[in-house]
Amino acid sequence: MRVSNNPYSPSQVLPHHDGIQPSDGGHLHKNSGWRLYLQTVIARSYPRVVGQMRDVSWMFFDTLLPLLSVCTYVFVYRAIHAPEDYIGFVVVGGAMIAFWMNVLWGMSSQLYWEKEQGNLALYIMSPSSLMAMLLGMALGGLFSTSLRALMIIVLGSLFFNVQYAIASFSQLFAVFILAMVALYGLGMMTSSLYLLLSREAWHISNLAQEPVYLFSGFYFPIKNFSFWISAVASLIPLTMGLDAMRQLVFKTGPTLGFVSVPIEIIVLCVLSVVFLIAARFMLAYMEKLAIREGRLTENRR
Amino acid sequence: MDFAIRTEKLSRTYKIRGGKKSEPRSLVALTDVNLEIQPGELFGLLGPNGAGKTTLIKILTTLLAPSTGHAWVAGYDVVDEPEKVRPRINMVSGGEASGYGLLTVRENLWMFSQFYGLSSSVANQNIKRLLEVVGLSDRTNTRSSDLSTGLRQKMNIVRGFMTDPDVLFLDEPTLGLDVGASREVRHFIRSWVDNNPTRTLMLTTHYMVEADELCDRVAIINQGRVLACDSPSNLKRNLQQEAIFHLEVSPFNGSLTSERFEALPGVCKAVHQPQDGFDLLDLILDEEQALTGVVNTLNSANIRLLNLQKNEPTLEDVFVKLVGQSMEQVEQKGDAGEQ
Repeated sequence: MRVSNNPYSPSQVLPHHDGIQPSDGGHLHKNSGWRLYLQTVIARSYPRVVGQMRDVSWMFFDTLLPLLSVCTYVFVYRAIHAPEDYIGFVVVGGAMIAFWMNVLWGMSSQLYWEKEQGNLALYIMSPSSLMAMLLGMALGGLFSTSLRALMIIVLGSLFFNVQYAIASFSQLFAVFILAMVALYGLGMMTSSLYLLLSREAWHISNLAQEPVYLFSGFYFPIKNFSFWISAVASLIPLTMGLDAMRQLVFKTGPTLGFVSVPIEIIVLCVLSVVFLIAARFMLAYMEKLAIREGRLTENRR
Repeated sequence: MDFAIRTEKLSRTYKIRGGKKSEPRSLVALTDVNLEIQPGELFGLLGPNGAGKTTLIKILTTLLAPSTGHAWVAGYDVVDEPEKVRPRINMVSGGEASGYGLLTVRENLWMFSQFYGLSSSVANQNIKRLLEVVGLSDRTNTRSSDLSTGLRQKMNIVRGFMTDPDVLFLDEPTLGLDVGASREVRHFIRSWVDNNPTRTLMLTTHYMVEADELCDRVAIINQGRVLACDSPSNLKRNLQQEAIFHLEVSPFNGSLTSERFEALPGVCKAVHQPQDGFDLLDLILDEEQALTGVVNTLNSANIRLLNLQKNEPTLEDVFVKLVGQSMEQVEQKGDAGEQ
């Protein structure tokens, strides 16, 4: 509803004054539409990319510590004389855990931390969309986590002499990208729930962490589950992604796979589309709800 | 008439969830607020903590929906057209810790400029110029986590102004700043409005001097209601027919109360505040002659008059006249209520 004619037309030109005026002497030109969207994505990914370079403690906490879990499973498999490819399964699974951790703590619950810090209100109040902010977080997180995952794979492969036999680079690339799109789409979708949450956010993230370790088959092939458990577990994008990647990079992979790689690619495509669309609608709905209930800035109310 | 900000019977009630032993309850934060602010105005919302100032700002910045009523900013409805309001506004809150500590001042500001669609070159130009204006240019490449509270607030001020908003909201912008930094921030705010005649600035504060020094018009707000709205000089002029006295006396120790003085003929308001070793008694009198009755009352209770001063009316006096208590007393009561 308009009150009356708007005096704030962008064409209105103002005189230049001492240092507090825009450089062009009038209203600043501000991009909108897809340009604003793209700018927002890049700007919001920036802290994650730059943060990675400035705080290198992640090399110890996020690379060497996860390798200890990998070592545990490797020694268990060696002790029971499991096929040698199982060692590779564990190394790849250990690397993929980094993405799950990033989605859980750096995507889903991120909006809660942003709220605590006071950034969320500034994000919502700006003309850019929350979806673009989350996409920026996702890309920044994907970049930094890929570095971690790569280090885990390189170090794990060197320590344990993992042998790879890549069947198809293009399929491997497609599976990885689709798994990441679906996984980060899931993260964006669940992050909308955190718009309404306060301190319980921490517990919910904790609650989601361990079961996914089990059902995604980070350290073993999910074929060991019954078909239906595997099918339900496949709703987690990492499950299918990991299973397909193992089939594509290890000699015995196809014999231990849940379903064939093409089917897994189709499922990942569907999951990507569903999670991204759901994320968009849920974010819009939750934002409205949070504004109505006053949850964007005040946690005690 | 085109208003930069307009509200119509704006109300907001919070529903507060109950604990294990307590029932959910409602908290009325705003009641029937009607405001009309013209482009180019520096408008102040003055009130104690918990008066509803921040709630009003949140509604106007599209962060909170009103329970009832309507609000328009830059001509657009904040509930129905937030996407049209948002490109035209910005907000700075006192004591906020926004941005990322790992990023430098310039990087943080650049990031926020991108959310408003500014090109990088214009953003960097504005950032450089504004950092110079607020005296922060030597910290451009300092990580924001290394900034003091005052310097961080200056960075936030730059964040709010760099996007050149039509309507800017400043929520307690000098909160936590030292005297010098507060003065610099106030000077900057005033010069921005003076140099940008169509830009509007809404400022909330509970510092009387800040409202008096900066604002073209002030709305005094308490318990969610706007009690008065006018220019500081007009608000004070209404008190000028009355005499305002500031008395320092020996401690009452329970022998007298402010109600006792208010019962005297010619005494409009009396506010009593015990201090360390003496008591303060602020009086608003219909006429100076009423002081005789006050002095007689003090004498009859064996209270010594240590100091007497006649004051020019201030916004604090206006607040006392409207609310019946000083802002400090209202805040103390509020704190006690919360505990």
